[in-house]
Amino acid sequence: MSISIQQILFYMFAGVALLSGILMVAHRNPVYSAIFLIVTLFALAGFYVLLNAPFVAAVHIIVYAGAIMVLFLFVIMLLNLKRDPIRERGKFARRTFATVLVLVFMVEIGALIAASFFTATSDRAIGEMIRGAGSPLVGLHNGAPPDSAAIGSTANIGRQLFTTYLLPFEIASVLLLAAIIGAVVLAKRQLVT
Amino acid sequence: MPLSYYLLTSAILFAIGVAGVLLRRNAIVIFMSIELMLNAVNLSFVAFAAHFKNLEGQIFVFFVMVVAAAEVAVGLALIVAIFRVQQTVFVDEINLMKW
Repeated sequence: MSISIQQILFYMFAGVALLSGILMVAHRNPVYSAIFLIVTLFALAGFYVLLNAPFVAAVHIIVYAGAIMVLFLFVIMLLNLKRDPIRERGKFARRTFATVLVLVFMVEIGALIAASFFTATSDRAIGEMIRGAGSPLVGLHNGAPPDSAAIGSTANIGRQLFTTYLLPFEIASVLLLAAIIGAVVLAKRQLVT
Repeated sequence: MPLSYYLLTSAILFAIGVAGVLLRRNAIVIFMSIELMLNAVNLSFVAFAAHFKNLEGQIFVFFVMVVAAAEVAVGLALIVAIFRVQQTVFVDEINLMKW
């Protein structure tokens, strides 16, 4: 059976993302955890390119790997954190609880996904339900169905962000302003009174 | 690739993030696990957007990234402020409000 390049890429990115995620959670040194998270973010950007979302992939790398993770590394090095110490109290109880919880969670999600895709409702019926609700975004080019590669282009996303989603866009900028002010106020050195 | 493969990957990444939040004591690693959970949900959104050929998923991912950036800035400022007082980032040692 022929295996397409998309399948190869999917399994590659999935393997890298999952392995790097597990290593991030497991490693004792917080700097290594941050670096493994960066690798996970790059694998996710690869997923976005596979899913016809090149703009989201580029913004993902610039914002997450380029700004947020750099901020994490700044703080880790500013606080001069060493490796987490191995000895801690109540470790076994916490690990058992966490393992049980995560297993239950994964079984639940797996059952949900399996149930939703093996029922009589086909994917096309779900799609028609959604499209019938009057979504303004399908059929971007004069009512003709868009070819799937161009749907995630920067022009389309920009058009929607500045017309249909203008209010959330402006609120997002106000949110960022509030975050900037909050971060500066919180991290300011307190004056001795 | 069928949609359920992407959703399954997203679910497993989310579960790994949950495990990180529950198992680690270092506040910064807990924060990074929260970021991993947010990214798993982003993957779900983009997968649905590609499957139903609808752009709303990708636009919502844009806003999730804005919120994540704002949250990281404020959260790390909080961690730095706490570290300045308590000299520790381990969450089980920051228990001043507990009797």
